[in-house]
Amino acid sequence: MRFSTSLRELIGKRDFYAGGLMLLLGLGIALKGSTYRAGTLMHMGPGFLPTALGILLILLGIAIAAASLAPDGADEHGGNQSLLPEHPQWWAWFCILMSPVAFIFFGRYFGMAPGTFACVFLAALGDKTATWKGTIILATVVTVFGVALFSYFLQVPMPILTWRGEL
Amino acid sequence: MIEQALSGLWYGFGVAFEPHNLIFCFIGVMVGNMVGVLPGMGPLATISILLPLTFGMKPVGAILMLGGVMYGAQYGGAICSILLNLPCHPPHAVTCLDGFPMTKQGRGGVALGLTVFASFVGASWGITEMIFLSPLLVKAALQFGPAEVCSLMLLGLLAGSTLARGSPIKGVAMTVVGLFLGSVGTDLETGSERYTFGMTELDDGIELIALALGLFGLAEFMNSVNQVAPINTKYTNVGIKDMRPTKADMKRAFFPMWRGTIVGSLCALIPGTGPTIASFVAYATEKKISKHPEKFGTGLIEGVVCPEAATHSSVQGDFIPTMSLGIPGDAVMALLLGALMIQGIVPGPQLISQHPDIFWGLVASFWIGNIMLVLLNVPLIGIWVKMLAIPYRFLYPSAMFFVCIGVYAANNDFFQVGEVAVIGLFGYILLRLGFHPAPILLGFVLGPRFEENFRRAMLISRGDILVFVERPISAVFVALCAILIGSQIYFRLRGAKADLEPAAENAVSGEVPTELAAQRVQTTPAE
Repeated sequence: MRFSTSLRELIGKRDFYAGGLMLLLGLGIALKGSTYRAGTLMHMGPGFLPTALGILLILLGIAIAAASLAPDGADEHGGNQSLLPEHPQWWAWFCILMSPVAFIFFGRYFGMAPGTFACVFLAALGDKTATWKGTIILATVVTVFGVALFSYFLQVPMPILTWRGEL
Repeated sequence: MIEQALSGLWYGFGVAFEPHNLIFCFIGVMVGNMVGVLPGMGPLATISILLPLTFGMKPVGAILMLGGVMYGAQYGGAICSILLNLPCHPPHAVTCLDGFPMTKQGRGGVALGLTVFASFVGASWGITEMIFLSPLLVKAALQFGPAEVCSLMLLGLLAGSTLARGSPIKGVAMTVVGLFLGSVGTDLETGSERYTFGMTELDDGIELIALALGLFGLAEFMNSVNQVAPINTKYTNVGIKDMRPTKADMKRAFFPMWRGTIVGSLCALIPGTGPTIASFVAYATEKKISKHPEKFGTGLIEGVVCPEAATHSSVQGDFIPTMSLGIPGDAVMALLLGALMIQGIVPGPQLISQHPDIFWGLVASFWIGNIMLVLLNVPLIGIWVKMLAIPYRFLYPSAMFFVCIGVYAANNDFFQVGEVAVIGLFGYILLRLGFHPAPILLGFVLGPRFEENFRRAMLISRGDILVFVERPISAVFVALCAILIGSQIYFRLRGAKADLEPAAENAVSGEVPTELAAQRVQTTPAE
C-alpha cells in the first residue's frame, strides 16, 4: 500500500521524468558513442569525449530522479509539478511547430513570398483569438515587408516566386 | 599599464566613431531598447535573429551591433518593470517590487529618470572595469597551457550552470547536453563523423543560430502563446517633465546607486553570476543596510536604483571574461562569442593583441552606446510604451518569420530551418520539465574548444590525467570547481534539514516569484 502511493506520487513528479529523459539521452549518446573509436587517454579517438559525456548524463539523470524521491520533495520550483501547463495549447503548439515546416515546403517549391505567407499564417492561427481576416492581413503585411527587406535590401538568394525551382 | 589602456581606448574611439560603426552601434542599441520593452522577446532571440544579417559585415561592426542589443535591452526592461509591473526580463524582476508602487503613487516618471541615470553610472563603472582589468587578465592568461585553459573552461561551465537560475544539478545536465551537441559533426582531429546519422548536412555540426533560435525563440513562443495577459497601460502616460527627479530624490538615490554598482561589478567577476543574480543580491543588500527595511516594496527609490545600477554594471562586466579569456559567463555572451567565431576570429587571450580594433572598438562603443541610450530613452519612452500595445498574436507570428528566414539566410539551406523546429520542440519539453536551456548554449559554444584543449593537454602529459592538479594555476581552478560543487551540496543538505538562514539571494528570489507568479506573464530565459 505504502509502496503504491509512493509510486503514484513519483509518477506525478516532474523531476522523475526530467531525470528519466536525461538518463535515456545519456544512454543513447553513450551507446552510439561506443561505436566510435575511443582511443587511449594520450591519443583520444573521436568517441572518447561523447561517450564520457553520455555516461555523465546517465549519472546526472539518476541523481535528478533520485532527488525527486526525497521525502520532503526538495522541490525548488514551487508547487507546479505537473507536466502540462494549466491550459494545454495543443493546437497552438502544433501551429508553431508546423510554421517552419510550411516555410521549408512553400519556400522550396514556390519561393520566398509564399513561404513567408504560409509561415506567418500558420503561426498566427495558433492564437485563440485569431480570425481568418486578421490572420490573412497580418501574413500579407509581413510578406510584403519581409520580401522587401530580405530579398531586395539584404539580397538573400531565394527566388521570390517560383514553381518547383531548383534550390 | 594605465597608459597602455588609455592609448588603447583612444584608438578604440577612433574605430567606434567611424560612420558605419556608429550607425551599427545605433541600430544595435535602438533594436535592443525596443525588444527590451516588448514582453516575450529577449535579447537572446533578437541577437540570434540579427546574427545571420551580420555575416556580410565587418567583424567590428557586427560585434558592436550585437553587443548594443545586449545592453540596450537592459534599458528597455526597466521600463516594463516600473510602468507595467511586468518582469519581462529576469534581471529586472526585482525592480518591479518598488518600481510599480512608485508608478501607482504617480512617481513612475521619477523612477524612470533615476533608473536611466543609475544605469548609466553602473554601466560606466563596468566599462572602466573592463578597460583596466582585461589587459591584466590577458597578461595572466597568455601563460596558460592547454591544461590551464581546460580547467578554466571547466570552472566557467560549472559556474555558469550551477550559479544561474534553477536547480544546479539540472543546470549541469544542460551543460553536458550542450557539450554533446557541440561534438556533433565532423571530429576536428580525426575527421570522422559523429552523431550525424548519415545526414551530410550535419557534417559541419549543428548550426549555432538554429540552436539559439530553437531554444530561445521557438520554445519560448510555445511557452507564451495564449498565456500573455493583456497589458494594463493605465499608468503609462509619462512625459519628459515627470522624469526629472528632485534634489531630495537624487540625494537619496546616490549611495544606493553606488552600492548597486559595486555589487554588480563584483558579481560580474564571478563567472556565471550574471545580471539577474546581481540585481537580486543588490536589492537584498540594500534592504539589509536600510534603516527601515519594512518600507521596501512600498515604492522606495532605493529599491529601484540599486538593482538597476547592479544590473548594468554586471552586464558590462560580463564582457570581461568573454573578451579577454574567451570564456563566456552566460548564454548571451556565448552567442556573442559564437558570432565572433563565425567571423573567423578565435576568441581567447590573444584577441586583444591580434584584433585590437574589435576589443577597443567595442569598449569605446559601450560609452557611445550608453550615452545614446540615455539620450534616446528620455524622449522615446512614450513610443516604447505605445509599442507595448502591440498584441502578442501579431508579435510571435512575425517573429516566426524572422526566425525562419534568419536561419535560412545563414547558409541558404532549408535543412537548418528544420533543425530549428526539432530543437524548438526539444527545448519546450526541457522547459516543461523544469530545465533552463541557457547552459546548453554555453556548453555548445565551449564544447569543441574544450575537447581540443583536453586532447592537447593529454597528449602533452602523455595521458597523465593528474596534470590538471600538478600544474599550480590549473590546480587552483580545479580546487575552485571542487569548492563550487562542495558548497552546492552543502547548501542543499543544510537547506533540506532546516531553513536556518538561506543565502541572501535565495531569500529575495524566493519572495519575488510568488509575488509575480500571479501575473502569468512569461519571462524569457535571457539573462
